[in-house]
Parts: sequence; structure tokens; C-alpha cells
Amino acid sequence: MQPVTKPQKNNNGRIPIIPRQTKTRMTIIVLVVVLLYAIAAFFTKAYPNRIITGFPHVIDFVKDDLFPPNWSYYKTVSTRLLETWNMALLSTTLATLFCLPFAFLMASNINTNKYVYSIVRFGMNVLRTIPELILALILVAVVGLGPLSGVGALFLFSLGILAKLLSESIESIDKGPLEAIRASGGNVFQVIRYGAMPQILPHFTSYSLYVLEINVRASVVLGFVGAGGIGQILRQQLNLFRFDNVATIIIMTFIAVTIIDMISTRIRERLV
Amino acid sequence: MIEFKNVSLTYPNGHQGLKNVNLKLNDGEFIVVVGLSGAGKSTLIRSINQLVKPTEGELIIDGENTLNFKEKQLRQLRTKIGMIFQNYNLVKRTSVLKNVLSGRLGHTGTIRSLLGLYPQEDVKLALESLDRVGIVEKAYIRADQLSGGQQQRVSIARALTQKPKVILADEPVASLDPPTSHIVMKDLKKINREDNITTLVNLHFIDMAMEYADRIIGMRAGEVVFDGPASSVTEKTFEEIYGRKIKEDDVLGGDEK
Repeated sequence: MQPVTKPQKNNNGRIPIIPRQTKTRMTIIVLVVVLLYAIAAFFTKAYPNRIITGFPHVIDFVKDDLFPPNWSYYKTVSTRLLETWNMALLSTTLATLFCLPFAFLMASNINTNKYVYSIVRFGMNVLRTIPELILALILVAVVGLGPLSGVGALFLFSLGILAKLLSESIESIDKGPLEAIRASGGNVFQVIRYGAMPQILPHFTSYSLYVLEINVRASVVLGFVGAGGIGQILRQQLNLFRFDNVATIIIMTFIAVTIIDMISTRIRERLV
Repeated sequence: MIEFKNVSLTYPNGHQGLKNVNLKLNDGEFIVVVGLSGAGKSTLIRSINQLVKPTEGELIIDGENTLNFKEKQLRQLRTKIGMIFQNYNLVKRTSVLKNVLSGRLGHTGTIRSLLGLYPQEDVKLALESLDRVGIVEKAYIRADQLSGGQQQRVSIARALTQKPKVILADEPVASLDPPTSHIVMKDLKKINREDNITTLVNLHFIDMAMEYADRIIGMRAGEVVFDGPASSVTEKTFEEIYGRKIKEDDVLGGDEK
């Protein structure tokens, strides 16, 4: 709460722009935050000198182990990269379709039923708190090793994100057109289709592409727990100490992810 | 016929929008509701299609008390009432034709409308409506490309496409310049005469009210303080409705006549 007093001269004879009370409180907050950072660094032993002394090891690893890459390994890498891309694409597409009903149920200007609203919102919050790695582990246990569990994990994960992002766009749309369709006797589905959808379409497309980018990167990691894709051979080659193959994997993944990100970002820039 | 019987409306925050309103609105009348902002003009108009719901009394339309209506009956009722808003309330990103067609939604089945399959006669009707307000050539243009006056005429066409018995216009010219305001009012009046549609318009410009209305209803603090034919109205009447002297900005002027 801001103090409700008339601005008055302080000891120096100047009228302060920020009241003294506010200033004191801000100073205390800043000090506490700095202290928290210091404590965090101390307990995690995140000292700068460790990075400096460790740096030569990194250079040695790149110079001796990763170089030169085994280019003849590119065929396997390409197949697995394609698998990674397919996993990301499939899971994102499914999520964009299934997130729509949830997003509208999570938007207070469309769903006026308080109970349904809270329940769906809570459910989606829970879904979003589970890391995709845990989802993948669970699905690997259920459907077994391979890309299917990766697709499932990414689907659930992106469903949560998309529904949340989209519901927030829906809540911020111009309510005039919704009112107009209601006033002419349209039901809630028609209000959504003709009042809300045209307004959120650019956001919807943009979020979907953004989630696709996230999923491409996430599906690399998911391979580590056996959920298919490029990550699976990365771990395998690391375990075999075939660093020449690892180098090929890293370089090709880097190029592929960069290209996908670039294209997607370009498209998104044009949308909103 | 629309009849208000002891209608009152108290908003959830305790503000009284309408106080014991009694009115009979006859078919085909062109009624202008005047009053200062906050007098309850919008509340009066919006309670007819229940965008706001009166808390007391009876609101009888064609012999039925609409305040008892269930969701489905209410939607049925709304299909017969066209509405025009101050800010046009068009979907700006879609075409004029699609906006006008959305007036048919109440008559189109849910599945059919969700797939965007409007019957061909509805498309024809939408184009006819656009033709009547004189902007049929803009049908495929995005709504946000049009000027304010054109957008308001699109919204009139949308209301017309409903084939309504009643048109409610909530401050339809408040965002428009004087010449455009007159074009919009003339369109409304023409439609009222040709189709015998009962028309209620909120205005706060007294010269416009006197020029276009058959009947004027004056409101102050949620109460109807005047109700009579436009011919019986003088500046004195407005001073009584407003509870103060008439000022320059109560008059719009600028008719091209």
C-alpha cells in the first residue's frame, strides 16, 4: 500500500519523488534478494574459480575426443533426426487440436460456470507441473521403449502449455463481437466459432509453432530415457565412448534445430 | 408489442439501473430514448433482449413474460431482436459478408454453423441487407478496412439479416461525425418504415431525437420522466428531462438536409 499523505519537504528541504517509507521498503527488499542469491551460490558451491579451472578440460574434450567427427555416421543420425522431428510434429498437432476445448473452458469470459472453470484450470496446472521427462518415464513404463512414449509425453506436456497460453489470449479479446452474437440469439458454440476464434487465430497459430520449437528440443532430451529420437542414439554412443559419432550427432542436431527455429520464428513474426 | 410492467433492475454492486418502469411500445414505432449518461438508457434497451436482466417486474413481449424464459426460449427471443452497438461490435479480422451472415446464426443449426455451411438463401439475404445500407460492394473486404460509418452500416445489415421484429440501437452514432450520424439514422428510419420494425434508439443529441423520432422517452436516474410523441417535445421538455439548461454540446447539428 502506498502511504496516503501529502508530499512534504524532508530534512534537506527537498520534496522527495518517492516517499521515504516506500524507499526504505524497497531497499530492504533488494537487500533480502541479494542475500538469497549469496546463500544459493554458497550452498550449490557455484564459485567462479571452479569454472575457470575447469575450462581447459572442456577445450581438451572438444579437441581430443569430439574432433574429428565421424561423418560416415550421418545416415543413422539423419534417420533419428527425422524420427525426432516426426515425434515433435505429431505431438504438437495432436495438442493443438485437443487444447481448444480446454482453453475455452479455462477462459472466464466464455465459461461462466465457476466450478467447471476451476476444475479444468486446476487439472491443467497439475499437468503443467509434471516435467516432460517424468511424463516420458511413466509412458516408457506403460507403452515400452520407443518413439510412441515420447509422442505421448510431449502431447500431454504441450497440451498443458497451449491450453494455458490460449486461454489467456481468449480472456483478453474484444468482448463486443461475443456480445453481438449472443444478442442475435447465437449459442455458446457459435459465440466461440464466430466471435472468439477469428480474434485468437493469429495467436493460436503462433503458439502452436512456438510449442513445436519447444517440442523439437524437448524430444532430443526425451531420447535419454528411451523415448525414441536422436537422444536415444546420443546416449548410446556416449556410453560406448564413440565421441566421433557423438560429435556428428551434436553438429547435425544443432543445424537441424536452428533451421527449424529460424523458419518457425519467421512465420510467427508475420502472424501477430 | 413490448410492455414493461413495474420493471426494476438493481445491479450486483447495488446500483439501481431501472426504477419501476412502466411502458408500452407499439409495433412499428420509432422510439428515441434520451437522457444524460448514466440515466439508464442503455439498461432500458438492453433489458429487452436481456443482455442485462431486470430483477423485478414483468417484461411482456407478444403476450409472454420474457423474464421467466429459459436459456433456449431466450435465444429464440433474441433471434427476433436485432441489436446495434456504439462500437459496432464487428469481428474486425473477418470479412464484411461473414460479419453480416453471423446475424443468421440464431437460425442456423449448431453443427452446420460451426462448419460454416450457411444456406445459399442466407448468403443472398445478407447481400440484400448490405445492398439496403448501400455497401454491397464491400462484401469481401475485411471489416477493419472500413470507416466508422461504414462499419456501423455493416452492423445494421447484420441486424437486418436476422429479419427482426425489433431493432435496438444503443448509442449508434456516439462514435461518428455529424454527417455520418445522419446517414446512419436515416438508414435506421428507412428500415423502420419499410419493414415496420419497432425501433428503439438511444441518443443524447436533442435535435436528432426530435428529427427522427415518432415518440420520445426521457429518462433520469433510472426512471421514465417523459413519454410522448416527438411533435409535442420542445427544448423545455429536454430541460426537464436533463434537469438542467440545454447546452451547446447537447445538439449535434450538421445535417445536410
